[in-house]
Amino acid sequence: MSETVRIILNGDERAVPAGAMLAAALLGLGLRRFRTSVHGEPRAPLCGMGVCQECRVTVDGRLHVRSCMTPCREGMRVETDEP
Amino acid sequence: MSGRECDVLVVGAGPAGIAAACCAAECGRSVLLADENPACGGQIWRAERSSVAAPAAAAWLARLASSGVEILPGATAFEADGDAGRIRFERDFKTVEVHCRRLILATGARELFLPFPGWTLPGVVGAGGLQALVKGGFPVAGRRVLVAGSGPLLLAAAGLLGRHGANVLGVYEQTSLTDLGRVLLELRTFHKKILEAAGLAVAARGAPLRAGWWVAAAGGAAGDVSEEGARLEWVKLTDGWRQTKVECDLLACGYGLRPSTELAQLIGCRVSAGAVAVDEFQNTTVDGVLAAGEVTGIGGAELSLEEGSVAGYAAADEPERARAHFAARARYRGFAAALERAFALRKELKGAVTAETIVCRCEDVTAGRLGEFRSWKEAKLGSRCGMGACQGRTCGAAAEFLYGWGAESVRPPMVPVRVGTLAGDSDPR
Repeated sequence: MSETVRIILNGDERAVPAGAMLAAALLGLGLRRFRTSVHGEPRAPLCGMGVCQECRVTVDGRLHVRSCMTPCREGMRVETDEP
Repeated sequence: MSGRECDVLVVGAGPAGIAAACCAAECGRSVLLADENPACGGQIWRAERSSVAAPAAAAWLARLASSGVEILPGATAFEADGDAGRIRFERDFKTVEVHCRRLILATGARELFLPFPGWTLPGVVGAGGLQALVKGGFPVAGRRVLVAGSGPLLLAAAGLLGRHGANVLGVYEQTSLTDLGRVLLELRTFHKKILEAAGLAVAARGAPLRAGWWVAAAGGAAGDVSEEGARLEWVKLTDGWRQTKVECDLLACGYGLRPSTELAQLIGCRVSAGAVAVDEFQNTTVDGVLAAGEVTGIGGAELSLEEGSVAGYAAADEPERARAHFAARARYRGFAAALERAFALRKELKGAVTAETIVCRCEDVTAGRLGEFRSWKEAKLGSRCGMGACQGRTCGAAAEFLYGWGAESVRPPMVPVRVGTLAGDSDPR
């Protein structure tokens, strides 16, 4: 992998590929629980194109951001649903 | 709130939207091309991270760049007033209102997902969905991936996954081998398309293609709520008589495409058989509103380009130039109709759903619960099915297939937006 940018995932600094979409980068880091469903199940991206809303995370303090539509940026703070 | 004005607003920057925007702009109209994604190209021409576009895409993107079209990326339409030619978008968490004389809807299509036990597990992704994620930088090298569902997209997905080093264990197509053979015969006049299909098949080589098989269930580590807990470990497939179980890391599963008609419905355009109805010049039933590409029916990039060209010239009041694209459009429509017949979904797919299977992923509504209702409206009122964040975009099509329930009206905001965006704030954070 050529260039990387740093994001802060749940408080930890992580390197992700520059130019990657956030959902893709988070999957690459091994994340499985992007959000928690009404009944407490972990959910992860399904459609990859902004329709299903399963990949929503908190980005720079903004809740419910679709990570599949969000390019990674240097210093981006990302919080996922903790179990 | 910021405002824009233009002669022609095109919503959706896939092949249809790009062609429409180029043609209208080349006739001297001021054109604004809006898309939810950060880059133009739509799903079919979604660029791979750090790689060049396909030749057809590159040619159109170059034409777009020199056409004078103004591009509005990252803009999600959430409210519309077709008669007044007013569309509101959320962009960077701010409101952008566009006023236009003509509106061209090129909002494309999305994958059809059908429920089965375990389809909500992390690791179960759409076939096009996984393609989009891989192009977006998800590394799949060395991962065991099963591809299943229906339609030409499965081969394209398998080919892409193979090129990225994934271990593609198999492609399971629900259409029977007999029906696949019949369609190949029927389509033999479309030489280029057949070659393309053959190319995809070659690209997917090494991965066994099995026709007449579909997903019965998926499962894995369950019950554990830790981050590394529930995840996909196996997929069970069936041909109606036999079953086979395959261990894998990812399941890429989609049952074809369905038009994304919400914006058209919000404006009041007539939708027939799930697609926006248009006349020979791609006019919808609402004056001044045209539609092109897969929102008017699934047909592929070539058909979308022809429809987009017709719509762009028609919106610029150049009917003769639009007419020049009628013959090619008719030809590709014939191809699309044959494909649709070939990949018709078998009824047995409904049988994968058990009472415990979740149908509405946003509100965790099970099939057992939905069995209490007689219509989509009743189900929404009684169970909140289709009333979550995706607004029924995933479960609505599934419920239509499973129960024959038709979707109903769309109301604004048609997607979740910030409260401040609704109020027209400049930055509602």
